[in-house]
Amino acid sequence: MIEIKNIWKRYGDNVILENISATVKEGEFITLVGASGCGKSTFLKMLLGTETPSQGSILLDGKPIPSEPDANRGVVFQQYSVFPHLSVLENVVIARAFEKTRLGFLWGGAKRAARQEAAELLNIVGLSHMQHRFPDELSGGMRQRLAIAQALILKPRILLLDEPFGALDPGIRADMHELVLDLWRKHKLTVFMVTHDLKEGFHLGTRLWVFDKRRVDAQAPNAYGAGITYDLPVGVCEQEILDEIDQSLAVKSQVEHV
Amino acid sequence: MKRLINFTPSRIWRIGLALLPFAAIILLYISASDARLAENAADKLLPSFSQMGDAIQRLAFEPSKRSGEYLFWQDTVSSLRRLGLGMLIAASLGMFFGLMTGALPVLNASFAPLLTVVSLVPPMALLPVLFIVFGLGEVSKVALIAIGVTPFIARDIQKRTLEIPREQLVKAQTLGANSGQIILRVLIPQLMPRLIDAVRLSLGSAWLFLIAAEAIASTDGLGYRVFLVRRYLSMDVILPYVAWVTVLAFTIDYLLAQLSRFAFPWHAQQEGKS
Repeated sequence: MIEIKNIWKRYGDNVILENISATVKEGEFITLVGASGCGKSTFLKMLLGTETPSQGSILLDGKPIPSEPDANRGVVFQQYSVFPHLSVLENVVIARAFEKTRLGFLWGGAKRAARQEAAELLNIVGLSHMQHRFPDELSGGMRQRLAIAQALILKPRILLLDEPFGALDPGIRADMHELVLDLWRKHKLTVFMVTHDLKEGFHLGTRLWVFDKRRVDAQAPNAYGAGITYDLPVGVCEQEILDEIDQSLAVKSQVEHV
Repeated sequence: MKRLINFTPSRIWRIGLALLPFAAIILLYISASDARLAENAADKLLPSFSQMGDAIQRLAFEPSKRSGEYLFWQDTVSSLRRLGLGMLIAASLGMFFGLMTGALPVLNASFAPLLTVVSLVPPMALLPVLFIVFGLGEVSKVALIAIGVTPFIARDIQKRTLEIPREQLVKAQTLGANSGQIILRVLIPQLMPRLIDAVRLSLGSAWLFLIAAEAIASTDGLGYRVFLVRRYLSMDVILPYVAWVTVLAFTIDYLLAQLSRFAFPWHAQQEGKS
């Protein structure tokens, strides 16, 4: 479904991403890991449409992927994903309002239907008791649940998750993993999830991409960008490989911080 | 003994401590006024409270001998009408320009520098221009307030618009929203409480412009009256008028704060968190 052809990303002299190519089939769950600042979020933004590659192309069903965000690609950020001025229920309803009306305000029957639908979705993510609260009254985990419900109401084909659970406690993270896997199976989504937590990558999804620099010039650390150094099916790979990745990333990030 | 920075007074003490300076100022005034009046009963500089009471009684509750109007209330109504109209125009225009330049990069590129320059023009220096263009009537006074306050509100709203996290705009787009829908449903609702804040902050300068304009050319209004009676050294009128303007300003500010709290409960929560 998605074809990534030799994409590069540069900011001035800094090469962020270097010659990345890959093919993704519908329904895959890809986890992107890598040291911080390695360009995995930039890559996700290209899929989202808020960044464009300096070179190369990303094709969706054979056509270039639109260069601005649209309803085919849902997203959950680490924070600020929800609208603080709307109640939990309205945060989900608003997607239907955007879709169905010119100005974004629903009335009468359509509004009732959308509220019904949103309430069911909130029930699935476990927020039905919070419907009438505002996001600032929720805990971090609940806010991310809301962001996920919001992203799913329009049934996007692709779901992009940018370190969605980075700010959550470990226990809550495990719950969220369950939820995401569950929704992924149910809605037959194609998921890309960025995380800096390698373990998260091993447990979630079907495929693991490790972003790292293939070449490093100690005199000019930004001369070479990151590529996908490992592309592994999840569940098949062995512990040694994971340790190896873990180690290589740890060493690289140390080098970069010096 | 606790450290001073950890010492917080209880509620009762807090009220008492807040009232203390007010009481001190009033006592100081009364003693100074008494001292002067004891020396010269016709002294006009520090009138006693009963003299001020008489003056207000005359202006507020007895019809004027000349026009038959209750001057105090007429002044209040005229001034508040000018202030309200001026602020309404300023808030609407400020919201419009601030929102547009904040939300649309194309308009930001072409109008944000202009807005910065315009906001640096001292409005008082434009007053003669307004008098020449609009005459000495109501329009020039309202226009001065509007012109003086609009750039401030516009710049504030522009800044607030740009402060709204980019993620929200992206999120709205992934929910299929177009620019108009984002402005109507994401930006404007979040900017409304900020507009109220901006209006509250700019009310001080609005009063300044109002009183200045009334002082120069008017036939009624709170500013007109205090400058008129200055000729007779009527401190017994001026001081209560100044106090009245303060009360009005305080009340308006309070009502706006309450409006913001009731109409936008989520805003108060946000403020409380950050």
